[in-house]
Amino acid sequence: MALLQISEPGLSTVPHQHRLAVGIDLGTTNSLVATVRNGVAVVLHDENGRALLPSVVRYQPGQPPVVGHAAQQVQASDPYNTIVSVKRFMGRALHDIADAGSFPYRFVDAPGMVQLRTADGVKSPVEVSADILRALRERAEHSLGGELMGAVITVPAYFDDAQRQATKDAARLAGLEVLRLLNEPTAAAIAYGLDNAAEGIYAVYDLGGGTFDISILRLSQGVFEVLATNGDSALGGDDFDQRLFCWMLEQARFPDLTAQDNRLLLNHARFAKEALTEHPETRITAVLSSGFTIDLTLTAAQFNEMTATLVSKTLSPVRRALRDAGLSTKDVQGVVMVGGATRMPCIQSAVATLFGQTPLNNLDPDKVVALGAAMQANVLAGNRREDDDWLLLDVTPLSLGIETMGGLVEKIIPRNTTIPVARAQEFTTYKDGQTAMSIHVLQGERELVSDCRSLARFELRGIPSMVAGAARIRVALQVDADGLLSVSAQELQTGVSAAVTVRPSFGLHDDDVSRMLQDGFNHAKEDMTARALQEARVEAERLLDATQSALDEDGERLLDMDEFSEIVASMRALAECVSGMDYALIQQMTERLNQVTQAFAARRMNMRVREALAGQSVNDLMS
Amino acid sequence: MLPDFKANHFALFGLPARFELDGAALDVAFRQLQAQVHPDRFAHLSEADKRASLQWSTRVNEAYQVLKSPLMRAAYLLQQQGVDALAPENTQLPAVFLMQQIEWREAIAGARKDADDVALQRVETEMQTMARRLQADLANALDVQQDFVSAAQRVRELKFIDKIRAELDEAFIALDR
Repeated sequence: MALLQISEPGLSTVPHQHRLAVGIDLGTTNSLVATVRNGVAVVLHDENGRALLPSVVRYQPGQPPVVGHAAQQVQASDPYNTIVSVKRFMGRALHDIADAGSFPYRFVDAPGMVQLRTADGVKSPVEVSADILRALRERAEHSLGGELMGAVITVPAYFDDAQRQATKDAARLAGLEVLRLLNEPTAAAIAYGLDNAAEGIYAVYDLGGGTFDISILRLSQGVFEVLATNGDSALGGDDFDQRLFCWMLEQARFPDLTAQDNRLLLNHARFAKEALTEHPETRITAVLSSGFTIDLTLTAAQFNEMTATLVSKTLSPVRRALRDAGLSTKDVQGVVMVGGATRMPCIQSAVATLFGQTPLNNLDPDKVVALGAAMQANVLAGNRREDDDWLLLDVTPLSLGIETMGGLVEKIIPRNTTIPVARAQEFTTYKDGQTAMSIHVLQGERELVSDCRSLARFELRGIPSMVAGAARIRVALQVDADGLLSVSAQELQTGVSAAVTVRPSFGLHDDDVSRMLQDGFNHAKEDMTARALQEARVEAERLLDATQSALDEDGERLLDMDEFSEIVASMRALAECVSGMDYALIQQMTERLNQVTQAFAARRMNMRVREALAGQSVNDLMS
Repeated sequence: MLPDFKANHFALFGLPARFELDGAALDVAFRQLQAQVHPDRFAHLSEADKRASLQWSTRVNEAYQVLKSPLMRAAYLLQQQGVDALAPENTQLPAVFLMQQIEWREAIAGARKDADDVALQRVETEMQTMARRLQADLANALDVQQDFVSAAQRVRELKFIDKIRAELDEAFIALDR
């Protein structure tokens, strides 16, 4: 065999082969897409040179959805069918949305996740988000001139499992391969940290349109280690608008408002808030549908007073995150400000006071998240260059646990544990002869089941009949690098087992996603089977590519002749069918290649560990 | 080939199996290992590579968590000696220690009721002092004397302090609302 090149894991073996990957900031108010071009992260613009895509979608009967600026312009005249801030409803049931009455929508109370009635039918928040993502995908493919290999999509760090799962479903629906769900403040830290070669403890204060996150990170020699995160996934710039809107109502004693009036006034509230960023006072004038005219003057001092409780609602999570990290404000080297809402002077001064330092505003707070996501996407796609040697270690924001007797939650994975993480706990039966056990997985910090978010409920059946307390049931929770949970349970004496990926009680069922995928493709007049075939080909080619580079790197030293030829034969079989039309065959051969490379992958990983430890026997560690 | 999460955490990081630990060396070894096995390094590779990476990265995180925490590190060292310090049947604690716990609990409850931040901080300082003393005792019992019975006792006391610290955290959060 020829002398083989050995490269770092994740380093592209073929330097000129650049895979198209993007970072997407799917925001409450605006969304963006960015990519790394010639080693530099850049935001991609639309044909009119605009970076921000308003996260607004308008539905009309039998027509494709209108996304972005065009939809935003008509939101006041068509409020029921023009959906803004849909991110607030992701993974949320109607009863979760405290201020549902203040939105001008026709909510449909569906199990799991709330839906919205529009002129083009009932839409799930996942579908609306998918329409936004699709617009960004098209912008990126148009701008980069090719099909995307994948995307990193950002989510608020404080998003729970249901909200993350919903985001991933939306991406799938939009035809995007999700390379990773990345926490927004972490994305910002990457962009800031790499740009400024920062070292030390940093806080990222991220106040977006509808969510608030605080993350505390340690930046050290290219490693971005999240120490703690906290936040409020239902607090953002929108709430400041809402507060101002209520003030306007109090001031003017309006007659009954229509949905159009509501949207109009909310828009004026937003304009006024933005005006106060630069001016000490502003005037609000508007004409309602009844002909009633509003003319109010608002000072910055008045605005600060009416929103003071909102500002302080962001400071408690900051203190909690610091406490969890075992740090005080004095330890923090810099505070990176992220999200359009951090432009408000009241936020800037509150943060400055708490930390005793001027916050860092040198990156555009609207763009920094998308730029960080693009850098991460570039690395995950395998475009890593030698000087790109950085790594991200993130945490799970909320504790995970299992319901025990008496409606209490037994925490298994505490919040702020570095991911990926797996933890197991043993439980037992409480009745003689009990043969089934219901396992209820929860997320949250409170002790009572009723105060936590239910993620999944499933049954382990076929436990052999024993006296109470004799069966030993091991429940294992695994959180992957996307922050998504999977659960498995096993009775240890008999090996009876059950496993779930968490989605049944919240998020969408797989059937829903398939139906929507179909709807989506019908909409785009795309042939479902052609799409499936195309996806199978992309996946197969990806695997062939990956396997080839693994063989080049380590094949000779880690495989014997038989193993080597088996893998090569499977590769050849897949390569032969990949350009054909037989979708099922491609899938089958892909699966076969995956199977025969498993032991090889495990050995490769062991070797890396051994190399990192220089000289230790991995067998000792694995045994 | 699932890595065994219980096997040899110290060896994983190339550190001696002792209670007294070079925290900086642990941090460096942890980062070096994650740089090799983390799922972000394998996102563009095959399913098999991704699975192996997820398992190893999980294992490295688990070992790091255990070694970083004095309580878990001590319990782990004892476990290696066949001593299960935190087994449910091992709950005996000295009366003096228990009295101190009761005092702290009462102080926390009182401070919470009176919204007395300073009183909470006082309890926290006292608990930190006690925790440091227990850790010094543990270093002596485990690394010098090899007295596992007394080490197991200190581990249980440290565990107790951990529980009260959780109460303290909740009290701080409650006062912040």
